[in-house]
Amino acid sequence: MIDSILTFCDEVLSNPIWFYVITLLIKIVICFAITILFIPICVYIERRVAAWIQDRVGPNRAGIPLSIFRRFGVKSDLPFKKTLDYFGLPHDGKIANLCRFFRLDRDIPIFGLVQPMVDGGKLFLKQDFTPPFVRRVYFWIAPILVLAPPLMTAAVIPFAGDLHTSYGSVNMAVANLSVGPLWVFAISSLSVYGLVLAGWSSNSKFPFLGGVRSSAQMISYEISMGLSIIPVLMIYSTLDLSNIVEYQAANGWLLLPVWGEGLSWQRWILLVPVAISFLIFLTSIFAEANRTPFDMSECETDLVGGYHTEYSSMKFAQFFMGEYAAMVVGSSLVITLFLGGWSIGFGLDGWLNEHAANWVAVLCQLVAYVLKLLFFAFFFVWVRWTLPRFRYDQVMKLGWMVFFELAVINIFITAAILYFVK
Amino acid sequence: MAFKTIKRPKISLGERFYLQSILGGLWITIKHLALALVGKSRNKKELAGSGIGVTMQYPEFRWDKHLPPYYRGYPVLVKGEDGRERCVSCQLCEFICPARAITITPGAVKEGDWDKVEKAPKEFEIDMLRCIYCGMCEEACPEQAIFMSQDYLLTPTDRTQSIHNKARLYELGGTRKGLVNKWNQYK
Repeated sequence: MIDSILTFCDEVLSNPIWFYVITLLIKIVICFAITILFIPICVYIERRVAAWIQDRVGPNRAGIPLSIFRRFGVKSDLPFKKTLDYFGLPHDGKIANLCRFFRLDRDIPIFGLVQPMVDGGKLFLKQDFTPPFVRRVYFWIAPILVLAPPLMTAAVIPFAGDLHTSYGSVNMAVANLSVGPLWVFAISSLSVYGLVLAGWSSNSKFPFLGGVRSSAQMISYEISMGLSIIPVLMIYSTLDLSNIVEYQAANGWLLLPVWGEGLSWQRWILLVPVAISFLIFLTSIFAEANRTPFDMSECETDLVGGYHTEYSSMKFAQFFMGEYAAMVVGSSLVITLFLGGWSIGFGLDGWLNEHAANWVAVLCQLVAYVLKLLFFAFFFVWVRWTLPRFRYDQVMKLGWMVFFELAVINIFITAAILYFVK
Repeated sequence: MAFKTIKRPKISLGERFYLQSILGGLWITIKHLALALVGKSRNKKELAGSGIGVTMQYPEFRWDKHLPPYYRGYPVLVKGEDGRERCVSCQLCEFICPARAITITPGAVKEGDWDKVEKAPKEFEIDMLRCIYCGMCEEACPEQAIFMSQDYLLTPTDRTQSIHNKARLYELGGTRKGLVNKWNQYK
């Protein structure tokens, strides 16, 4: 029986088309899981880091209540005392008091990690209220249009190195397009339609202003964002994100060229334009994801809630998921282009490929990628609670009069360095 | 000279780039984060913080000892040390209550029992769902019968529990020592 199943699997996987389809489905699940799972994680990091920065504790109260154990047969009203009795501990001894200090007598507080889950559940259960004055069709389409593009763009980003199986080699990007960054820009710029539609269809003043602001801001920063990575692409001379990461794994991350060919003079001089690109690109990612200091479209002080003022329940949550997903995809693009993507760095990738099994290397690379993403999630929050929000004219001035010019000049500087310094 | 021209500060080239101040700001926030993580947030002692940050972990630690004497908890009725209920159901508190939380049903006192006072509340209800803890009832009361207590922990499990009747109010208030100023002959 088992043998026949194994041979069947073997036959299915030997067929290149079936192998492609099955691996693709697995990759989609992993990629989707990373992006979707990062949304609650980002929310948690957001609240926790914000609290620490402001000298607070943050969400630490939501836990698994001990009272649910009553459902599983614990008769006592106080499962805590029952547990103490079971281990033969006194009710007011040192251990009991220590447990009380950490609130273990009422629930199991998993560092407040239950909080994002509870938040999500709450949003599902809330009343989905559609105001009577909205333009209904567009009002319903808008949140989808905000959430879908970031999830789509995540497809081209490689989250680990190639996995070699006995049936063939698997590239660890869902869609290994040879135009990776262009695809990301093309699709992610679509999410502005969601914001504009939300603002317009809400049929009220502040959401409308928020939508208009966000569209102006996103279009302005898309230009400098696109221009800022041209020097980077000139250095790599490829648009294939998998090749870009492999090059970085072998020859040093673009911002940290300390191994392989990265030690050459050219790469060190190129650090200047690369740093400029990095700054512009990172700032534009902040603007694209509508994060502070660029959250013009939803600044509470000017616009009540911005484009999502009239939304409630899961539709409102979709806007936030879209924002966080854009944040995740944006930071994964920064990581891929500037900080070596999935590569562990310092020549360790080559060492792992030689000395360890292929799947171990791939797993380590996946972990490295997720760790980098986690750092960026933290970085977004860190910046959010440090910098005050820009004034609207300052945002426009920075986008059009500083970043745009700087990005254009940067292209020429890079070209000159690439041409003259060998 | 009636006015003074204030010169705008000269911004140096380094400051114009804005990067320096961004890095400075990031450094300050990360310092706060690091101190909070190791449990050494500034002003932790003064604010009785729990370690991570300066926030006091409320149900475990309480601010009760530091409550100022003018703190307004929930309103209660008090009896005098002679055992007489001080309230004479003049209904001033009912009239002044901005949230209309107080409902008094006046009644007569029994013959021979504090005849001078004539009235006492038959029923005295404070709807704690309406009460806004403003303390105007305490201010209006000429008999010093209603007080804002120092307690704030009020957790009714249903709506009927949140309406405090006379018995409950006296139970919460207890007795006050000293004479009512109005009746104090030696004043």
